[in-house]
Amino acid sequence: MSQVAQQLFNALQWGSFYALIALGYSMVYSILMLFNFAHGDVFMVATYIGYFVATLLLGLALSGSLPLSGVAVFVLTLLLTMFLASFIGIAVERVAYRPLRDAPRASAAITGLMVGIFLETLVLYLLGASRRNFPTLIEVNTFQLGPVQVTNLKVLTIVLAVVLMVLLHLFIRKTKVGMAMRAMSYDYAVIPLMGVPLDLIIAFTFALGSALAGAAGVLFGMAYPVLDPYMGVLIGWKAFVAAILGGRGSILGAVAGGFLLGFIEILVAAVLTSTMRDLVAYSIVLLILTFRPYGLFGEEHSVRLRL
Amino acid sequence: MQQTSTPSRFGGLYGRIRARFQDVPISAWLVGMLAAVLVEALIGRDLAYMLGLGNLPSFFGLSLIFKKWNLIPSIVVFIVVVYVLPALAAVYLVRWAMHRWRGVRGVAWVQRIPTRGYIIFNLAFVYVVLHLWAASSDYRLLVLRLLGVNIILTLSLNLVNGWMGEFSVSVAGFMAVGAYVSSVLMVWGFVNDDVFGPAVFPEAWAPYAFPLALIVAGAVTAFTALAVAIPSFRTRGDYLAIITLAYLFIVKSSIENIDFLGGARGFMNQPKVADSLLVVFLWTVLAVWVMHNYVTSTLGKATSAVRDNEPAAEMMTVNTRKVKMVAFLTHAFWSGVAGGLYAHIVGYINPGSFGLVKSAEILGMLYLGGLNSVTGSVLGTVLFTLLSEILRPLKLVKWMVIPVILIVVMIKRPRGLLGFQEIRLPFLERRARAEEEVSHAPAGD
Repeated sequence: MSQVAQQLFNALQWGSFYALIALGYSMVYSILMLFNFAHGDVFMVATYIGYFVATLLLGLALSGSLPLSGVAVFVLTLLLTMFLASFIGIAVERVAYRPLRDAPRASAAITGLMVGIFLETLVLYLLGASRRNFPTLIEVNTFQLGPVQVTNLKVLTIVLAVVLMVLLHLFIRKTKVGMAMRAMSYDYAVIPLMGVPLDLIIAFTFALGSALAGAAGVLFGMAYPVLDPYMGVLIGWKAFVAAILGGRGSILGAVAGGFLLGFIEILVAAVLTSTMRDLVAYSIVLLILTFRPYGLFGEEHSVRLRL
Repeated sequence: MQQTSTPSRFGGLYGRIRARFQDVPISAWLVGMLAAVLVEALIGRDLAYMLGLGNLPSFFGLSLIFKKWNLIPSIVVFIVVVYVLPALAAVYLVRWAMHRWRGVRGVAWVQRIPTRGYIIFNLAFVYVVLHLWAASSDYRLLVLRLLGVNIILTLSLNLVNGWMGEFSVSVAGFMAVGAYVSSVLMVWGFVNDDVFGPAVFPEAWAPYAFPLALIVAGAVTAFTALAVAIPSFRTRGDYLAIITLAYLFIVKSSIENIDFLGGARGFMNQPKVADSLLVVFLWTVLAVWVMHNYVTSTLGKATSAVRDNEPAAEMMTVNTRKVKMVAFLTHAFWSGVAGGLYAHIVGYINPGSFGLVKSAEILGMLYLGGLNSVTGSVLGTVLFTLLSEILRPLKLVKWMVIPVILIVVMIKRPRGLLGFQEIRLPFLERRARAEEEVSHAPAGD
């Protein structure tokens, strides 16, 4: 029983990454009907940005130039990485997706794939093949919470993921930009007629999604410090599966899908051997999709952006 | 034999060049290529050495441009002398011969060879040219054989992504199944292996059993494709993309877990039955022919109808389930065959080589060449492979240049270079038109 509880907790942490990245996929899909296959690689670039920011800030703090505590460094890294990552997303949209607004969705998807490959090779070219290590920003403390052994880092990851999801929901519900995004997901063609700046809202959506991926990047870097340019590929595609599993256009769906996929993967790896993980996990995904073809919270005929 | 000079539909320089060579038959171009290859075989190596290019360049010297920029003048000279001049000389020679002797009775007979025989003759000619060209270098032979495999893969993917309008990424998974099944069959049958025991049949039979093994591999792959085809009845679009993605992961993971297939370590020892260019060439030609017939048949038109509007197609008595099933299974069959060829060309397979990256490569070739176009797929594959080889000296930067090129192509022509079009060979068209006129001529002329 305690094993299950432990694995559940691990799954929450592992799923948080999928959830944060899946949110980016879901949002872009609901307003543009487009899967941004470069999103996983944006996550990877964001992780590297986080690495540089963290190293810089940590260096400044340790050398005394900037009086910052460890926690402050972490918070600053997180915010700065999210901010910078949003620009990466905006750049990708501007370069690759805007010219293809009227093109078939498959062509835009392929373009996204190519942008992803470009980003991977760019990072590899600029930074070389040697692995970079994300600096330790927070001392990892392990403590027992009942039958479950938790670390403060894992708790932080889960809490942050939920908080960001709530903030996103509030943003979409309460702000004008959020309202514009929701309106776009209902009816794309009518939006410019209502005086909404189309390009701005689309750029904002990409920025938001990439910022969340940035947060995921920092948290991932802290949990699994070894960075490599191809880390975004697998996580990106799995987050894509999570977004679909949860249902297109649904914020809760993206998060639920992320946690569900994380849960399936961790549980399968715990019960069976880890080599069977992908096999069984994706068979389960297939099974779920057979019975609920539009995902957990998805609807058949609409992709409207909603909780 | 009138010499009609129809004004070209294309303007500018391309139009003028096209108009110039309008009445050059394909065979003349092939003679030109043959001449170029022969010249290269005769003087290529020495000329390259003289011009300071080192050894005979593998791909027309174009990759050398990226190695040493100061060699560019030499490269231009080399290309012109060895390839362009002999080809043009041969083409003009044939054209002159055609005009000189067009009144002679013998030549008229040439014009009346049935189109099918003409095509077979030209294909054989192409094979001879390729064979001679590849004879100079093992590397060229390898690239040509892998090119054939990629052409088959791209064509089969075009069926599902283009004519059926889905987005499928499982092509690498089908390739993997075909590769492993055919390898197991061939190794079990013809190779003394540690895992599969001594060869069951004499080794000399291997080249004849290979087509059988490929067909069985393709059939098995098609059977596993039911896992993707059946869900496609109910879901479409993005959800089907996920299902194909899941298929890819499942296949990869399954192979890694099956120990007698070598798991992640890989599978070797395949007999060398795909070493000759002829085997791969024949399978490629077969695939192109089958695909062309498929898409121009009623079934192919039904597939396009399902893509355009499934409910409407259903109302027009199209059996959408059958159409989807056949399309997926055909795609899987040919991808499996291509995988089998790949396994025996490279001689070693492991699950890692059949992942998302491979699928992305094939998707790139497909979209570069163009959806819904048989010639587009061939063209896209050739261009992609050539680019990949020519840019090789750039090493890592190659994988920054190629995506950028593809992005530019996507932006300019979102459906691919030859999307929804085919390369129209003017001479074949005029021939077809002439044949039609002859068959429609009033009796008692």
